[in-house]
Amino acid sequence: MTVTQQVITIAMVVLGTVLTRFLPFWIFPAAKPDKPAKPTPPYIQYLGRFLPAAALGLLVVYGLKDVNLLTGSHGLPELIALAVLTALHLWKRNMLLSIAGGTVCYMLLVQFVF
Amino acid sequence: MKRQTMSAAFRAAFPFTIPIMTGFLFLGTAYGVYMNVSGFPAIYPILMALTVFAGSMEFVAVNLLLGAFNPLGALALTLMVNARHLFYGIAMLDKYRAVEGKKRWYLIFGMCDESFSINVAAQVPEGVDRGWFYFFVTLLNQCYWVCGATLGGIFGALLDFDLEGLEFVMTALLAALFLEQVLKEKDHTSALLGVGLSAVCLVIFGADSFVIPSMLAILGALTLLRNTLERKEAAL
Repeated sequence: MTVTQQVITIAMVVLGTVLTRFLPFWIFPAAKPDKPAKPTPPYIQYLGRFLPAAALGLLVVYGLKDVNLLTGSHGLPELIALAVLTALHLWKRNMLLSIAGGTVCYMLLVQFVF
Repeated sequence: MKRQTMSAAFRAAFPFTIPIMTGFLFLGTAYGVYMNVSGFPAIYPILMALTVFAGSMEFVAVNLLLGAFNPLGALALTLMVNARHLFYGIAMLDKYRAVEGKKRWYLIFGMCDESFSINVAAQVPEGVDRGWFYFFVTLLNQCYWVCGATLGGIFGALLDFDLEGLEFVMTALLAALFLEQVLKEKDHTSALLGVGLSAVCLVIFGADSFVIPSMLAILGALTLLRNTLERKEAAL
């Protein structure tokens, strides 16, 4: 990728992020004295409650998309590190500790075991 | 008078951001180092921390920058990864619309998961200006992130231990956020749909093009299941 292409790619990421943050404020503008604020449609409210969990699930799969179960280490380092992360999180429920523990475990596994 | 208002708001906001400081300095540094080991000079993580300021998306963007040039794909992926902001926006409509002046635009621009979660839940102390309180929460959080990204981007090259596997910090962050979501929700249908449908789409469409089919499948499934899920929700 050339520098120009990189700049365009980053600009697209900025644009996408800004759009997702500003859109609700454009669609549902502030109430004016002669016009009350538009209520949020029930379907959007429903998605607002249920979409975040599914989106996070998709992101976890996204983070693992390049793992090949058939060759190399068969995804074992990822599996073990995620198990350690889950155990740490269920035990202490400290986001930072879980992330650090899972990552260090994965680094040790890929550097010294697999 | 204005200076007093601002300093009172700063003193009220800072303690709320201390946990985020630890987290963001660690993750921001990891992000800077990750960019560094991926072959990008420090200016990349610094500028992206300033302009994008959406942690998970900045990690994902490293893959975009290393892959083939595809601006529309980058935009589509960003919209999907960050779609949750739409719902933060809906939740903050009244609070942020009441803030006067230009700082409202910065509040919306800087609405990352952590700033949102503080500003939506924090009890702003009596006599403290809400607008400036929200502003300093958002600003401090972004400062931590930019500081981390800068440190990692500049000094990542000087670290002399083996960093192979550090890229897993992104997967770990996503997994921890997902786990936290599962632990706090009562009905896991949506979480399971997200993982299951994405995994199926990954097998069918391959690593490079499964995100859009996954999002459509998730939206479709949630739309079809709306009545069932809302009934279950009401019964819980």
